Amino acid sequence: MTDKTTPKSGWLGLPPLAVGLGAVAATAVYGWLFLLAESEIAVLGLVALAALGGWALGRTGLPDTLDAAMRGHGRSMNGAILLGLLAVIFLLGEEHFPLLMLTTMLLYMTVALGLNVQFGLTGMVNFAGAAFFGMGAYTAAVLTAHSAVPPLLILVAGGVIAAAIGFLLIVPVVRTAGHYSAVVTIAFGVLFKTFLEVNDVLGGPQGLMVGPMKLFGWDFNSSPVLLGVEMSFYVNYALLGGGLAVLAFVLTQRLERSWLGLTLDSVRLDETASACFGLNVVRAKVLAFTFGNVLAGVAGALYGMMISFIAPNSFTFADSLLMVSIVLLGGLGSLWGTALAAAIVVLLPEKLQILQEYRFLLFSGLVILMLLFRPQGLLPRKVRSYFPSWRPQQ
Amino acid sequence: MSDALLEFEGLGKSFGGVRALDGLDMRVKRGEILGLIGPNGSGKTTSFNVVTGIYSPSQGRVRFDGQDITGLSARKVYEAGIARTFQRSRLCLPLSIFDNIMIGNHARLDNGLWFNLIRRGALRRQVEEGYDKARELVAGFSRELAGRMFEPVGALPMIERRRIEICRALVSGPKLLLLDEPSAGMTHDETAQLMDDILAVRDRMDDLSIIIIEHEMGVIERLTDHCVVLSYGRKISEGSYAQIAADPEVQSAYLGVD
Ligand SMILES: Nc1ncnc2c1ncn2[C@@H]1O[C@H](COP(=O)(O)OP(=O)(O)OP(=O)(O)O)[C@@H](O)[C@H]1O
Ligand SMILES: [Mg+2]
Repeated sequence: MTDKTTPKSGWLGLPPLAVGLGAVAATAVYGWLFLLAESEIAVLGLVALAALGGWALGRTGLPDTLDAAMRGHGRSMNGAILLGLLAVIFLLGEEHFPLLMLTTMLLYMTVALGLNVQFGLTGMVNFAGAAFFGMGAYTAAVLTAHSAVPPLLILVAGGVIAAAIGFLLIVPVVRTAGHYSAVVTIAFGVLFKTFLEVNDVLGGPQGLMVGPMKLFGWDFNSSPVLLGVEMSFYVNYALLGGGLAVLAFVLTQRLERSWLGLTLDSVRLDETASACFGLNVVRAKVLAFTFGNVLAGVAGALYGMMISFIAPNSFTFADSLLMVSIVLLGGLGSLWGTALAAAIVVLLPEKLQILQEYRFLLFSGLVILMLLFRPQGLLPRKVRSYFPSWRPQQ
Repeated sequence: MSDALLEFEGLGKSFGGVRALDGLDMRVKRGEILGLIGPNGSGKTTSFNVVTGIYSPSQGRVRFDGQDITGLSARKVYEAGIARTFQRSRLCLPLSIFDNIMIGNHARLDNGLWFNLIRRGALRRQVEEGYDKARELVAGFSRELAGRMFEPVGALPMIERRRIEICRALVSGPKLLLLDEPSAGMTHDETAQLMDDILAVRDRMDDLSIIIIEHEMGVIERLTDHCVVLSYGRKISEGSYAQIAADPEVQSAYLGVD
């Protein structure tokens, strides 16, 4: 425990960096195969492989070695993860549907990272994640149809609108102790869909068209050509969605590894003691809530542009619950856990059509099992290390 | 400036029909260790909660360091220079020793969004400074503990948790430290060790004043310069330990309850 130095050799006696790079490559290949797998047998086989492999390898020294690789070789590992993601996107190239799934997963990951700041760090459960996501999407619909705002700014506007509405919602109750904020988000998450359905300006139950993303004159709905191969237009969205998810991850990780992250933890664990040490509990909660909603709104705006048609049915209370279950499955406060759980929750039902209908049941069941037998989640959060490469004198 | 650091004037606090504090007058001199004793339910913890802004008083005034702090928020009271521990330990168990102590250092940490997310170099210097300070404080209690700064507090035994709680209160350099039954839940030997620790702290920080609530009379006798005895929210006696121990009213208050 006290030994914080990077071991020279780790899993199977290999250097940590080699193990880390190998793991990233293996994950990328696996993700690529999984996204392409067509038959249910192949998908089930891959799921079984991941479950058994994850369980078995988790018992060897692999997690510790990966941890050492991340701490000792952060830059190389981050670079490798980025390359892996790019490789998967370009290898999928012409495949519309797998790219759509991948991008949806990346955007859900962005939302879930925000929810994790709210719930996992600060202890505020947000049962309206899909509503804030939807606000971003509807902002994009309205602005692409009725204004000449550059689409990149529309993404920002989606975040600002979600944050502003969230702010108005939370400020009246944030001073009250207990679970009022959770109750308010439940009410809002339930009412949001109804509000859209009865609102003709926003298209009512039929919904609205959303214009495409455009960046530096490049229309995201046109197909990019790489080395003479015409690729799916979803490659555009996958690249931008990946960029957004990476940005969300970096910001969330920096937040967790900072005095602010400590403040949020302290507010979650003991509000009274926090106040006795001068922490501004109200500011911390408003800040965490806003941070998460900005991520949800931006992701929602890009999502709307990608699917080009949005309706109230895509932003239901059940979807909000699914987003909360991502945070619980991954592990409260655990960023890698959130990323992994977002992948499972988004991809599994898409790939196994039998699950599609029962996905809410499946994931509620999984969350209950997780809370009973592994409350810390799939990839439990570790004690905070502000700067992973920092090894203070003991 | 008067020699009183903290002063209660007719302090009262009622919970429904219960008068937890009933017109309490009390003074704490600069640099002294004051023992606050009394039977269970006599209002000792309530007086701490009123001073630190967890409750606002129903009547009376609290003056601290020449300033009226009656009814100030917990945050303002901390900023004025009062830090405390709790009768039932209130550390953040999943967080590391370092994190817990840094919570106490909040006034000196930059909590700006830009600073924390973008200015990582400056943050790093603050983290390193904070670490040196926290480590030095902990080492003053136990060298061994100072080598385990990144372990979760939940894994530590009770006496170590008390020490961390005291470090968390001391790290901000308060003028007044409030200790609520530091010996609760500890063995006789552990209590003796912790008393040595508290005396050592006082030697290191000689202008620090302390109010200590204790049921262990041995502790009170050894540590305190002055004692105040409460019963039903009122002061029934005060003086040196020898004086209050000889006071028949004190004896009957304890006997009457136990
Ligand atoms: N939040 C509260 N609500 C209602 N009654 C309270 C509250 N806090 C304290 N009391 C009551 O006030 C009285 C004084 O309690 P307090 O905790 O101050 O006693 P104490 O002297 O610290 O006792 P102990 O030695 O048991 O810790 C008790 O009768 C208690 O029940
Ligand atoms: Mg008490």
